[in-house]
Amino acid sequence: MNEQPKQFKWVGTRAIRPDGVDKVTGRAMYGADLSLPGMVEGKVVRSPHAHARIISIDTSKAEALNGVTAVITAADMPVADSKPVASGEAMINFKDLANNVLAREKALYEGQAVAAVAAKTADIAEQAAALIVVNYEVLPHVIDVMEAIKEDAPVLHDDMFTGGVKPKPEKASNVANRVEFALGDADAGFAAADLVIERQFTTEPVHQGYIEPHAVVADMNPDGKVDVFCSSQGHFMVRAFCSQLLHIEMSKIKVTAAEIGGGFGGKTTVYLEPLAIMLSRKSGRPVRMTMSREEVFRGSGATSGAAMTIKMGATKDGKITGAYAELYLQAGAFPGSPVGPAAMTAFAPYDLANVKVVGFDVVSNRQKVVAYRAPGAPISEYGVESVVDELASELGIDPIEIRSMNGAKEGTQAAYGVKFGTIGFQETLDAAKATEHFKTPLGPNQGRGVASGFWFNIGGESCAGIRINEDGSISLTEGSPDIGGSRASMALMAAETLGVDYNKIKPSVVDTDATGYHFVTGGSRVTFATGMAVVEASKAAIDELRARAAQIWDVDVEGVVWEDGHAKPASTNVGDFEPMSLAELAKVANKTGGPISGHADINAKGAGPAFGTHICDVEVDPDTGHVTVLRYTAVQDAGRAIHPGYVEGQIQGGAVQGIGWALNEEYIYDENGCLENAGFLDYRVPVASDLPMIDAIIVEVPNPTHPFGVRGVGEVPIIPPLAAVSNAVAAATGVRFNRLPLSPPTILAGIAAKK
Amino acid sequence: MAKHHITTTINGEEAEYLCEPQETLLDVLRDQVGLTGTKEGCSSGDCGACSVMLDGRLVCSCLVLGVEAGGKSVETIEGMADGEDLHPLQQKFLEEAALQCGFCTPGVLIAAKALLDTNNNPTETEVRYWLAGNLCRCTGYDKIIRAVMDTAADMRGA
Ligand code: FES
Ligand code: FES
Repeated sequence: MNEQPKQFKWVGTRAIRPDGVDKVTGRAMYGADLSLPGMVEGKVVRSPHAHARIISIDTSKAEALNGVTAVITAADMPVADSKPVASGEAMINFKDLANNVLAREKALYEGQAVAAVAAKTADIAEQAAALIVVNYEVLPHVIDVMEAIKEDAPVLHDDMFTGGVKPKPEKASNVANRVEFALGDADAGFAAADLVIERQFTTEPVHQGYIEPHAVVADMNPDGKVDVFCSSQGHFMVRAFCSQLLHIEMSKIKVTAAEIGGGFGGKTTVYLEPLAIMLSRKSGRPVRMTMSREEVFRGSGATSGAAMTIKMGATKDGKITGAYAELYLQAGAFPGSPVGPAAMTAFAPYDLANVKVVGFDVVSNRQKVVAYRAPGAPISEYGVESVVDELASELGIDPIEIRSMNGAKEGTQAAYGVKFGTIGFQETLDAAKATEHFKTPLGPNQGRGVASGFWFNIGGESCAGIRINEDGSISLTEGSPDIGGSRASMALMAAETLGVDYNKIKPSVVDTDATGYHFVTGGSRVTFATGMAVVEASKAAIDELRARAAQIWDVDVEGVVWEDGHAKPASTNVGDFEPMSLAELAKVANKTGGPISGHADINAKGAGPAFGTHICDVEVDPDTGHVTVLRYTAVQDAGRAIHPGYVEGQIQGGAVQGIGWALNEEYIYDENGCLENAGFLDYRVPVASDLPMIDAIIVEVPNPTHPFGVRGVGEVPIIPPLAAVSNAVAAATGVRFNRLPLSPPTILAGIAAKK
Repeated sequence: MAKHHITTTINGEEAEYLCEPQETLLDVLRDQVGLTGTKEGCSSGDCGACSVMLDGRLVCSCLVLGVEAGGKSVETIEGMADGEDLHPLQQKFLEEAALQCGFCTPGVLIAAKALLDTNNNPTETEVRYWLAGNLCRCTGYDKIIRAVMDTAADMRGA
């Protein structure tokens, strides 16, 4: 790890997180941990078919069962308008969301909710669910993205016509949308190349795999007020979505953020929450709902499977002259795959004059995809980084060198529109090249792969409040669910700004009644945007503290400065006053105007793009096809690591999710379009014994728009592993597989075909 | 169905509960006894979030019936610290940022303690295989493995 010169007292330290003791002692309350008096348990009835018309639903037997307090179907839910609203990193159409939450006319995937029940015990709810008779007309289905775009494919939505093409098509299809980004002339670029490589790639759908299943407790009062306690990446998102779906005013819904047991983008939408509210309204009691692991796999989250063509050309000396990508991403049952960001990020690490990217958003009969860490980018950048690797090896150029030669830098115009400001891609390449890892020789059947990744990072709405208590301790409030140590980062930034001890600050993630709107915890935005709000709130509190000191000293506020947690006279001209500490000013606040606080409600702009470069060593067993990851190094530009421990943790965790995506993870469907591996036994996420240590190297090229230089770190690390692993496997086996996952049967077949 | 009246010891204290014959120890702990520190991630023995000690043996409480705990001794995450004093593993996990969301943490800590109670000098490979049944999706395991090894080193040094 490269430690930076110390310029801060708190920022950059490995402080103990304020919520830590709760989390190591079992006290922390996650989504399923709340019980309320009189609470009943809810259960969802899900479609067993991948595509079916719902002819009728008979709930009478379930309603008659002793202990059942409510049964709901889509008939109990308001009909939503078809209206796209920005949410997460995608646009949400509330008609689609309503259908996803509770199917109305058709079930579009196996596992889609069609009804729900509440009963005194989970057992009774389960029995009642089994008594609900849904009469289906089974329809032909389609899962695979390239099958779904065929002329004769079963069409999911007969009112869906491909957007983004002119003229508007006359025939409904599964292609929801076409996007295009271009710069210069890609064909001219290929004409100028000495070597052009064009490859087709596929990736399989994967799940975020958070260990905590979705869970909620909802309690609706007879006067229409609703309390919701749930695990999500944004309790304001939950409030907004439930308000829209159920036509309840936002001020009547209070959502409290439970501790969240992982999300990775998968908890940026609602599934159970609106159902629990509806069941509570009908039951007149609090309702708890939790998903089983199987329901999580079938009915929530997951990202796209994809097919793509990547074409790149370069001169003999390695200068990339042209690049083209055509991307097809599964959206699941409703439009909204991450094909937009996939297309935008595809070539973003490179300074290219001639680029064209075309992307297609394709619906098929699987669950609606939802964000998964850097949505779309791991897919497109996997293809691109594989071709860059092949160019390098064909041309006999070092894989880091070819990236350095062509890498984006300050002033590079990206094909998706922006001109980069200060960025640290080159620095990650230099740091990777300097590692001992990169120079270590390999043995037989071993290979080394390198790949880089880019993610935008985002800002968005956040609020923060700093309240200086009478004893000089500080209560910090904000509303970004803490998914991996962000309370610590917030308190560190507040301590640094205020000049007080970190341990004097207690940060809380407060409910939707207690702070203003926050965009979700996602897009690598919390340390950047909520951090910016915390710094601004701290500065507002400092201004107030200075004003109080000015009042006590009877001088102008301009005559008071804030240094090291003390108000001091700005110069000897102001007068000879003893500095007053924050605690001293707090003590006499009642005599100087009352409680002291600072607030900031912002929409943070200027998020800093981030890059990473990974090095992976593998060994491939030629007899079994098993790939062992021997060594892994992940370098990333964090801008500024507020808490290096949790930054490394993000890098390591993201890298391992990427390794899982590359090697093991995939959704497997049977001929009826039903998921065959809806459990951790058959959907194999990496376990401790699969892995080596993950060496995380933080590079700091500060983001000039953030007070401490933060860029955001959560998403970049999942991008490079897909290609880093497969480039390593290619080096070890001499075979370019161009498909993921690289499971043993795939490897064996590839080795056999080569022989 | 008649409920069973079970008497057992939980975290060193005598406890009793009524449970259905099919109810798991995990459900009993969480819903009857009110100890929600033990987590449910899968209910099928695949994630380890529900790890507890049963008569000194590491088990997935989702695979044990509540009635089976009768007359035995159960240890959960709530019993790991000694009052205000954290167990060295708990302390090390905090110092080394070995948890992110913290959902796997109770199960990981219980499992890691079970390892260190019998072997205070495990190799990295031993720790990795011992914890292979405890899924963590956030950390990539690196800091978890290091924290367990570092705790073991401290315990040997002490
Ligand atoms: S809940 Fe018991 S192993 Fe997952
Ligand atoms: S810390 Fe989140 S699952 Fe392990």
